[in-house]
Amino acid sequence: MRMFIDLHLRPSIKDLNQVKKMVRKSSELGYRLVGLSLSPDFKREEFGLLQKICKDANTDLVTRADFFPRTRHELLNDLRRFRRKFEVISVVCASKMMARLAAKDRRVDLLSFSFTDLRRRFFDDAEAELASKALSSLEIDIASLLTSKGFSRIRLLSRLREEVATAKKFRVPVIISSGATNSLLMRGPHDYASLASLFDMTPSLALRALSETPLTMIEQNRKKLSPDYVAEGVRVVRRKNNCLDV
Amino acid sequence: MPRRVRRRYLALRVVSQEPVSLRDFKSIFWNALLQLFGEYGASQVGFSLIDYNQQSCQAIVRCSHKALEMVRASIASITEINEKPMAIHVMRVSGTLKALSKKAQS
Repeated sequence: MRMFIDLHLRPSIKDLNQVKKMVRKSSELGYRLVGLSLSPDFKREEFGLLQKICKDANTDLVTRADFFPRTRHELLNDLRRFRRKFEVISVVCASKMMARLAAKDRRVDLLSFSFTDLRRRFFDDAEAELASKALSSLEIDIASLLTSKGFSRIRLLSRLREEVATAKKFRVPVIISSGATNSLLMRGPHDYASLASLFDMTPSLALRALSETPLTMIEQNRKKLSPDYVAEGVRVVRRKNNCLDV
Repeated sequence: MPRRVRRRYLALRVVSQEPVSLRDFKSIFWNALLQLFGEYGASQVGFSLIDYNQQSCQAIVRCSHKALEMVRASIASITEINEKPMAIHVMRVSGTLKALSKKAQS
């Protein structure tokens, strides 16, 4: 059976009731893993509380940080400081330079772009080529599609259609997430797959973007964050006290 | 010999702060369908409302099996009614009403 993942819930973390409500709702809708956007300097106690909320709702918590860098220095600094603290790192690219830098960097998991100002969506062929080499994914928040109306929705759909085609061409994984700020903007995975058909994603590809693609990314990152990880293909099997005498 | 029309039955749950009348339910659904797919698309859906319970906020609708994705997308795109936030979730989908009620019970 497929395990569905909503990588981007955006409740106000300080309002624990709202967090609880949204996490419970996502569990009801069939998600087994939920990603919560945390502030980079979150406290350990906060994390414990969130983990308990998720455990009570029978879901697994994925810690995620969203960066909004304005300069190269800011981006590199954020990645250096926080990469080993979060399971998923997303960069919201506000300029073309930031988009290229983020796409090149292997520490970035998700590339995200503005949904309101479509001129600031820089996911073109060059960006996709870089993202494909650095194994980063393109993230699409459906909440922005739900909240937009009329002409802005038409333009957004047309832009997303182009981006999905580009991602397919360069084999960049696409991840669909809710991006919901309240529980009324959350939908089930099959509903998201139907909405994704509006920008030419086939149902099977859309369901993969809600399950296997994010799951592979999370599993890889968790492996890398574990204390036994040394490098790609190298991990600690036994420690000092457990080693056999040779 | 003409082929039998294949249909899909959807069990829906309406989530909103205020009760939604039957008339409002129908109108928001058709508006969403028209907004996303236009009159041509809406004509292919073969939509009909089988049952609507205002108290339990549940509904059963029927559509053509070919238009299932269109109907699901339209339903998912509904976010407000009379400028108040709302959502409609698809609980179950089935090929017959009998199977739908069985699934709902289980």
